Amino acid sequence: MATTEEVKKLAALARIAIADEDLAAFTKEFDAILAYVGQLEKLELPEAGAVKPAMRNVMRADGEPHAPGLYTEKLAAQFPAREGDALSVKQIITHE
Amino acid sequence: MNKALNELSIAEAAQALRARECTVRELWDACAAAARAKNEELNAYLELFDADAAAIGAAQKRIDTEGERAPLLCGIPLAVKDNILIDEKLASAASKMLENYRATYDSTVIKKLKDAGALFLGRTNMDEFAMGSSTEHSAFGVTRNPRDPSRVPGGSSGGSAAAVAADMAIAALGSDTGGSIRQPAALTGLVGLKPTYGAVSRSGLIAMGSSLDQIGPLAKSVEDARILFDAIRGVDPLDSTTIPDGLYPARPVPKKLRIGVPMKLLASGVDPDLKAVFDATLDALKKAGHTVIGIDLPASSHALAAYYVIMPAEVSTNLARLDGMRYGHATRGKTLLDDYVQSRTEGFGPETRRRILLGTFVLSSGYIDAYYRKADASRAVLRAEYDRAFERCDVIAFPTTTSPAFKFGEKSDPLSMYLEDIFTVTANLTGMPALSVPMGTVAKGGKDLPVGMHFTAPHGAEPVLFAAGTEVEKLAGT
Repeated sequence: MATTEEVKKLAALARIAIADEDLAAFTKEFDAILAYVGQLEKLELPEAGAVKPAMRNVMRADGEPHAPGLYTEKLAAQFPAREGDALSVKQIITHE
Repeated sequence: MNKALNELSIAEAAQALRARECTVRELWDACAAAARAKNEELNAYLELFDADAAAIGAAQKRIDTEGERAPLLCGIPLAVKDNILIDEKLASAASKMLENYRATYDSTVIKKLKDAGALFLGRTNMDEFAMGSSTEHSAFGVTRNPRDPSRVPGGSSGGSAAAVAADMAIAALGSDTGGSIRQPAALTGLVGLKPTYGAVSRSGLIAMGSSLDQIGPLAKSVEDARILFDAIRGVDPLDSTTIPDGLYPARPVPKKLRIGVPMKLLASGVDPDLKAVFDATLDALKKAGHTVIGIDLPASSHALAAYYVIMPAEVSTNLARLDGMRYGHATRGKTLLDDYVQSRTEGFGPETRRRILLGTFVLSSGYIDAYYRKADASRAVLRAEYDRAFERCDVIAFPTTTSPAFKFGEKSDPLSMYLEDIFTVTANLTGMPALSVPMGTVAKGGKDLPVGMHFTAPHGAEPVLFAAGTEVEKLAGT
């Protein structure tokens, strides 16, 4: 059973705020979903390690890079705030 | 010709263009006019693009000069789901979070379609970030089902489905994480394909569940679905999960199919009228010389539970990148943490928030073994179970959904909406290809509502799926 406190904690971890008035309803729905997925407990799995997915190498050589700056303006145009080509954000370290 | 131009299939339109029965411009205009006329009621498109005269001209020239050698998709107007990037167009994934996001490059599928000369009518509505089964979770209003506007078109690719079903496009692209192509296809009377995982590049698809997502076609016929699939598939250096030809053993396409049906899983929970259509379709397939075999898929009853652990886990990680910093919705508070929290809280709708929290929960220390690792391990079990079944049959058949299209608001409880995916999620968990094809209609509230037959095939066996789909299409013709 999830408590409203736990849901609040999860929301904080996920960097989302849930309004106090929505918390009870949200927790109730959350509980119903967890109860449903909890049926996985009943699923019997073969001994650990019995089934391994087939792996293959999917790495590619890092060749043929695009010309430097090709996408800079397009990407920078999406920034909420910019200084030249740099993304402008709040200062997070102070010297005080 | 009896049909209006916008009502044509890809195959018919390609033929009409080559026979000079219409021009690319006329075909575009017919689709664009229908889209404009019907969109106010249906809300299938979030945005209709202006005609690209250069692309239309180039497609016409190619047909004129190359004739039969021109790609079948040359000059064909398509609709594109709003989570597939088209360079310089908005791509919002129907979320306030990306309402102002303009794509900085073409997704691989769009690049391939552009190379083939295809045209794009607009971007279609969807459940926010592809999370939902009704298109009710869009931040920009619901899409209506053209077959009965009081009902949902399914989701999450509901806009693409409605656009094609209402002849507002010749065909469309959708994405499928747990049934998001096949379920709307079934509810609107279309053919929908979820390709083998890795068959189609995901580069430029706004990610939802990266181990589950595939782009695929929504089309008016099996032939059209095949044409679109052939155009977008293939290895892509930009998506390392794409698979080369020959990775999976080739499966011959048998003349007479062995169709496996998991009778136990269908014993309850399926609308009786829909079940009757399903049974009648199987009977007709038997009469046509195919074999129907009862099979047992015991672990499959837990597939939906596993899906609703793995998918939110991947959603919570994929959507962590949306933090109001580099692009998308950005709100500024007192501290950097405020910036993140406020941007995300305002940007994400309720269902997206719910799944992010659910994913955060199943991945959190103390729960990850019981939920995430167990669910992840179940995928190999499901896959082995299906592989065993495919020793005895060529395809496995289900109804695509448990019921025909439902009314708006009918599934407001999240869990009841999740149950809508019960037959479709397994193909995403195992990575196997699956196809929904119309098998008839069910009468509800005075309307004939389409329902779909769902086939799953072994990895890489899309040709077997197309063969099975074509057999069902033939029945409808008789």
